[in-house]
Amino acid sequence: MTDWPRPSYTGIARVRGPLVVVTGAEDVGWDEFADIRVGPQGAAAGNEAVGNEAVEDDRHGLVLDTARDRVLVQVLEGTGGMRTEGMRVTFSGAPLRVPVGTAWLGRVCDGMGQPLDGGPPVLGGAGAPVAGVPLNPVHREPPAEPVLTGISAVDALTTLARGQKLPIFSRAGLPHLELAAQIAAQASAGDEPFCVVFAAMGLTHADAAAVRETLEGRSASGELVLLLNLADAPVIERTVTPRIALTVAEHLAFQEGRHVLVVMGDMTSYCEALREVSAARGEIPARRAYPGYLYSDLASLYERCGRVRGRPGSVTLVPVLTMPGGDITHPVPDLTGYITEGQIVLSADLHALGVYPPVDALESLSRLMRKAAGPGRTRADHLDVAAQTTAALAGARRARELGELIGAGALSDTDRHYLDFEEACRRTLISQGRTESRPLEQTLDRAWRALAELPRRELTMLPREMIDERLGREG
Amino acid sequence: MGAEVTRVNGPLVETTGMRGTAMNDVVELGPARLPGEIVALEGDAATVQAYEYTGGLAPGAAAATTGRALSAPLGAHLLGGVFDGLLRPLSGAGVWLDPSARAPRADADRAEYWPVRRPRPYSERLDAGAPLHTGQRVIDLLFPVPLGGTVAVPGGFGTGKTMLLQQVAKWCDADVIVYVGCGERGNEMADVLEELAELDDPRTGGRLADRTVVIANTSNMPMMAREAGVHSGVTVAEYFRDQGRDAVVIADSTSRWAEALREFASRAGELPGEEGYPAALPSALAAFYERAGRVRTRDGAEGSVTVIGAVSPPGGDMTEPVTAYTERFVRARWSLDKDLAYSRHYPAVSWSGSFARDVPAVARAHAAAGDPEWARRRARTAGLLAEADRLTALSELVGAGTLPPAERVTLLAGRLLREGVLQQSALSSSDASCTPERTAALTDAVLDVVDRCRDLVGDGVAVSVIEDLDYAPLVRAREDAPTPADVHDRRDTVLTRLDGLR
Repeated sequence: MTDWPRPSYTGIARVRGPLVVVTGAEDVGWDEFADIRVGPQGAAAGNEAVGNEAVEDDRHGLVLDTARDRVLVQVLEGTGGMRTEGMRVTFSGAPLRVPVGTAWLGRVCDGMGQPLDGGPPVLGGAGAPVAGVPLNPVHREPPAEPVLTGISAVDALTTLARGQKLPIFSRAGLPHLELAAQIAAQASAGDEPFCVVFAAMGLTHADAAAVRETLEGRSASGELVLLLNLADAPVIERTVTPRIALTVAEHLAFQEGRHVLVVMGDMTSYCEALREVSAARGEIPARRAYPGYLYSDLASLYERCGRVRGRPGSVTLVPVLTMPGGDITHPVPDLTGYITEGQIVLSADLHALGVYPPVDALESLSRLMRKAAGPGRTRADHLDVAAQTTAALAGARRARELGELIGAGALSDTDRHYLDFEEACRRTLISQGRTESRPLEQTLDRAWRALAELPRRELTMLPREMIDERLGREG
Repeated sequence: MGAEVTRVNGPLVETTGMRGTAMNDVVELGPARLPGEIVALEGDAATVQAYEYTGGLAPGAAAATTGRALSAPLGAHLLGGVFDGLLRPLSGAGVWLDPSARAPRADADRAEYWPVRRPRPYSERLDAGAPLHTGQRVIDLLFPVPLGGTVAVPGGFGTGKTMLLQQVAKWCDADVIVYVGCGERGNEMADVLEELAELDDPRTGGRLADRTVVIANTSNMPMMAREAGVHSGVTVAEYFRDQGRDAVVIADSTSRWAEALREFASRAGELPGEEGYPAALPSALAAFYERAGRVRTRDGAEGSVTVIGAVSPPGGDMTEPVTAYTERFVRARWSLDKDLAYSRHYPAVSWSGSFARDVPAVARAHAAAGDPEWARRRARTAGLLAEADRLTALSELVGAGTLPPAERVTLLAGRLLREGVLQQSALSSSDASCTPERTAALTDAVLDVVDRCRDLVGDGVAVSVIEDLDYAPLVRAREDAPTPADVHDRRDTVLTRLDGLR
């Protein structure tokens, strides 16, 4: 089929925003991938380019709407410099596919999967469609084992499960990228084969450099695929980057049997790119001018995590997003929260106190922790310790609010113990170094050390024998 | 025929050469024969809403009408099965749902086909009668729904909506449950399926799955099949209703269904109503909920369809269109409250933000079934909770210590009701579901203790001493007192302690 050269079309009726309208094309399918060759500046269509400034420029597009004689194409690299003459558009005959396979491991590419590391283009078999194919819910295996990140706050209180989607909610100025990169650098699935796909969307060069540095070890050992769509890279390309990442990840997981952690950020930049295309199409906007299908679009990404019954491997997803203005009800975090299985929320207050990672344990939640942690999964006391720690932090917050009302001096002894516990929790459990990977044993022992600040009678969620075993008998 | 595709824009497909077709007819598009439904006709051109991903479908591709509206194959084979929104079996389908490889719908033996958008006929509607026992105390006690009723369950993310609906699906006393997973999480759906397969039906001893029909259209499955899924679900429930059974439809979440309507309306260029939703949204919601009801079937039997619809308000905004329209059409609302969920009070059903309009009918049914006290019990509980809420707000201003003793007893009553009656752990082995008798016993136990506290205060016992008493036996009774008799024992233990304060 693909042996024949495909026809190319030169009729461009309109260029507007990131969109072009191609006329005269036949049999173009919806969502097809297109190659667009922009003629050299100043040269008429069909003329050979002469001179140094005459640079041919190849771009790519996706079909958004196809009718008999007018095809609407979204140009991933943007339409800057395009004219209605001198362009050749070739449709590939199918929706976008990317090569898949282990050749991706250890590579650094741009948001479209083109090498940035000086290596050859990534090749791999027949490839797979980037749009993905829905996994039959009947063949899904509910997540039930942990991915340990070496981050105490996450491992202890919001344990990540293999096959889960757990986003990091943050705001501008907080170290969410550092945390995401540290998780990507340290995470593991016990002794089973593990790798990381990191898709960056709209990152600054400085951020991208920091991420690359953090992940250098992982990349060198061939356990990392890095896709970088930087802040100055084409905006519309961002709509494709996470799909390439997930397509590569699905293959590594379900064909190659690896546990794959996919980190994607910043999802807010992704959604803004989606909004830009929607606005250019004149679509009716929904909340905050985002398109009405934002939920479905995000679901088409986030739902690609999971496990398949009877096969090794898993896709675990950690999307990172900045909440504009710190507003958790903004459509991007709100719709994300409706799809994902919990959230890790970073706190500006903790950051101001110098706590890294500034994870707000009370706002954070892993809906699948109950299945991924505990006896036979992590440690027998894990779930009880996590529940007790969270409850005690809530108690500490009440005591702190009360102290602000009536004065710290008027607090009861019990309340003061709660404040001491909160301090110990921040110091020994939550805080850790940016390159420190803590084993789970040590993480849970640190939680016990913090809980030891509280009187025994307050530890109502822990069985007496467990307390005696961990903290010694009360004399 | 010469019918062919002229334009493709996502799920919106325009075709020509369709003379003689009818509105809502199912059309097969292109070489993969993707199913779609006619939503507009003009001359011999038809606008089709495709139910699958249309990637690669091009103008010029063939289109063929099947000549009938989207219809569900109905029959006993549905029980225990898992289907997509078009009622195509998922159990036999492959791991990946590739639209070009979906087998044509397997026709079940002697299945009856019924167009899903058309309500099935019955002889007459009957009044609300017996309540649906959900096994969840806060619902059965405060906000009951009669068989044939309608409920909206609005709640922001993280408020435990899906958990509550799954509990109702597992423990309620209906004959047939139709669980429509509409644009929600795949992992949750997998959980539901796994649990259904493992759990026994306490009423029959068989598998719980055998009384359940699951329609799974997770959020990454084609959006437009979601829209069909809720209609398929109600049609299946009506089919079992017509056999004289009590069926319950649980739709999680109707907001995703409304979003599918919105997306399609937007692509079709309709003028938007509120928040971009089509102007027809309220009537579409009303039509869906109106298919509920208790009826006399054409065979003279009695059957019912109860509809419970989850709503996922964006940003937790309870004034957004889907929530606001829905609450006008339903007989009960179980509002899930973020603050309750945040303080780990589950199920996080807000007693101040919920309502039930069929309480008088349910009270009559309880009285007829041998519990004449039900209405009084409910009224007292609701009154104490409301009063305690008011006093809590007041005590935050002036401090609880400054309130008169009687009002401090009310605050204590609120706490005991919340902790001893309304809270119920879905994960508990003994308390995930609660019988009506045990709900009554637990509630009466708290009310009796509160009465005794009032007597003591009247006799001059200091209220602070009463507040400091250990009420653990009463609060823990929901976990460790399996029978009403056990609950009475716990109550008596606490009453004895109280009497010791004189």
